[in-house]
Amino acid sequence: MSSAPAGAASQTEPPRTPFWRADWARGALWQALLLAAFVWLMWAAIDNASVNMRARGVPTDFGFWNRPAGFDINQTLVHFTSAGSTYGRAFTVGLLNTLLVAFFGIIIASVLGFLIGVARLSRNWMVARLATIYVEVIRNTPLLLQLLFWYNAVLAPLPNPRQSLELPGNIYLNNRGLFVPEPLFGAGFDWTLWALGIAIIAYYAVKRYAARLRVETTKRLPVGAIALGLIIGLPALAFLLAGAPLSWSTPVLRGFNFNGGVRIFPEFVALLLGLSLYTAAFIAEIVRAGVLSVSHGQSEAASALGLPRGRLLRLVVIPQAMRVIIPPLTNQYLNLTKNSSLAVFIGYPDLVQVFAGTVLNQTGAAVQVISITMAVYLVISLVTSAGMNLYNRRMALAER
Amino acid sequence: MNDIASPGSSVRQVSVRQDIVPRTFVRSQVSPDLPPPLAVGGVIGWMRDNLFSSVFTSILTLLSLLFLYLHTPDLVRWLFIDAIWSAPDGDACRAPGAGACWAYVNAKLEFFAYGSYPRDMVWRVDLTLLIGAGLAAWLLWPSAKHKAAALVLFLVVYPVIAFHLLHGLGPGLRATLSWLADLFGSKPLADVAANTLPVVGTNLWGGVFVSLLVATVGIVVSLPLGVLLALGRRSKAPVARFLCVMLIEIVRGVPLITVLFMANTMLPLFVPEQWSPDRLMRPLIGVALFASVYMAEVVRGGLQAVPKGQFEGAMALGMSWWSMMRQIILPQALTIVIPGVVNSFIALFKDTTLVAIVGIFDFLRAVDTARLDPVWAGPTSSATGYVFAATFYFVFCFGMSRYSMMMERRLTRGRSH
Repeated sequence: MSSAPAGAASQTEPPRTPFWRADWARGALWQALLLAAFVWLMWAAIDNASVNMRARGVPTDFGFWNRPAGFDINQTLVHFTSAGSTYGRAFTVGLLNTLLVAFFGIIIASVLGFLIGVARLSRNWMVARLATIYVEVIRNTPLLLQLLFWYNAVLAPLPNPRQSLELPGNIYLNNRGLFVPEPLFGAGFDWTLWALGIAIIAYYAVKRYAARLRVETTKRLPVGAIALGLIIGLPALAFLLAGAPLSWSTPVLRGFNFNGGVRIFPEFVALLLGLSLYTAAFIAEIVRAGVLSVSHGQSEAASALGLPRGRLLRLVVIPQAMRVIIPPLTNQYLNLTKNSSLAVFIGYPDLVQVFAGTVLNQTGAAVQVISITMAVYLVISLVTSAGMNLYNRRMALAER
Repeated sequence: MNDIASPGSSVRQVSVRQDIVPRTFVRSQVSPDLPPPLAVGGVIGWMRDNLFSSVFTSILTLLSLLFLYLHTPDLVRWLFIDAIWSAPDGDACRAPGAGACWAYVNAKLEFFAYGSYPRDMVWRVDLTLLIGAGLAAWLLWPSAKHKAAALVLFLVVYPVIAFHLLHGLGPGLRATLSWLADLFGSKPLADVAANTLPVVGTNLWGGVFVSLLVATVGIVVSLPLGVLLALGRRSKAPVARFLCVMLIEIVRGVPLITVLFMANTMLPLFVPEQWSPDRLMRPLIGVALFASVYMAEVVRGGLQAVPKGQFEGAMALGMSWWSMMRQIILPQALTIVIPGVVNSFIALFKDTTLVAIVGIFDFLRAVDTARLDPVWAGPTSSATGYVFAATFYFVFCFGMSRYSMMMERRLTRGRSH
């Protein structure tokens, strides 16, 4: 700060900054204050909570976990009865239902999203326009509105079981849900599954061998055909050798409802439909952006090397596009999982509806129930993003 | 020897050798343009390029046309031709073959807009929305002047006015007024103190204006709080960074519904009994928190996109951290992220529908309740209500996204020399 003229004066030491004006001291002071404020806030919240909870007679422990639930859940993947099952069991049921709808939603949304994303890039004006309309309409209306629409305006007015819509393959659609044939696996069906496992392992072995063969001798093996033969042929062979141990239980109209088959609840159908169609629009935009991010020179160079269009896409464009697509795609998968909590609005028994809804209302253990629910979603998010980060690192551009 | 055809003469004889007499014909006038071949230009050419360029494309085109042919007429008939535009009650809409029941939407329009807000005081809602719309237009109009003033008005003054208009005169203001009335012994002032803007409880609020309220509170809170959180996350102070990262990652990792549940059931437990927030206040806090952490991530993207030289330059000038951020970094960072900010506003606006889960009567909840009214309930009333709601949300969200695109174009135009 000294503006002294050059010379002897500038040789003297500048005055030392007193420590209360030094950067480190100020930083430490601010941080200590922040920490103190945070600790005080936390302490006050916990103190208030314990006082309030005691005053309202709200349980403060996790004792409710093992108490009988006493309510029914319509869709359960594991055994659950209102009389004998505990609140902990209800939690499991809700969590599994959330994971179920998220799993199928992600698959459908990915397939649909990639198709629509490619359609938006299509050189066919009509197809591109239709895809654009789809994306804009879906993305600019709330998901909840779409869910309510599917559930209340599309599925609810369906006819009753006696006038069910009959779909090909013994599938019936009515206001009680979707009735599909249920596969009944006989003894010996596990051989088919074993054969499928062996076929997949064999496919990887063939793929590696083919890659080595190509490097060493430039010979090509028809890997695609071999894979198809292995993965379909081997299980089919095992299935036939075991005497085709599979039969179907088809839904049959008895009185006012269907017997046999699997009943897929309309809540599940509406939620799955709404979530997949909504997320597909976002995935379509991600795919479009990813493909556009690959510079034109890449595909031109590939064409110049004489790659046919299919291989050009598969070997040059898509690998580079995937690098851009994967991180936001992961985000969309997580969004879909989190959005499945909207199930509570249409009564699909997911984690939030069963646990943060019914269990919370019955036990009154708000803090515990909400914390557990949030922790579940947090763990799902963190695990998924950790997995995707790993994958992303493998796919990332190796910069030299 | 080498003659060149000179312009003017149409055909000229050029002699190269005397024994052979070659003739070169050089056209010296431009012939008129022929029309392009029918298959390249015009409608047919465009169709060939864009609809029928290969067998596969042609099949796709035909399939799309088939799809449109099968569904558009039904849709148009349902929406417009067979629709019931006016009717005293739902009988006409319940008739077989009737389309959309617009009469129902028309009859419920006030309910959709204001919920159960007392009808004789609806002007208060209208006035609030009008002021808000005016301020928003001032802020959003690209070439408007004094935007800083508009921002202060919108973020500081407007919320106070809106609260008093919507909720009624606060107890403090009313007490001050009646104290003044006592002081001057003025009867009219006492009347004013007692009767102006009577309190309307939040349990009567509902409809579009609650949706807009939730969205506006989310926007007003999330911008400054998001910037603060983003700065905290990027700061070198470990305590601040840790707290910000924790908050951002936890809230981003959970669904909005659980945040709303938390705000609704846990928040009243965390504060002393007498401070327990109002039932509308709780989801507002939840939505504002949720919007803030998403905003923080958007702003962080902008902060990371500001070149390092800007930070170094500001520090070299001896600027303090706050003035560096305020005068150098944030203006650039926020300009970069305008599209992202608008995107999170759109997401926020769509997410406002979720406040229904904690019993708030927003627009969608109003629509979803009205469809059960036995006077109007019918096979098409649900769908009509949802289509109406979808149109409303679409207009807002699509408008916002177009606006952000326009702003982006303007800003990049300014930057690319």
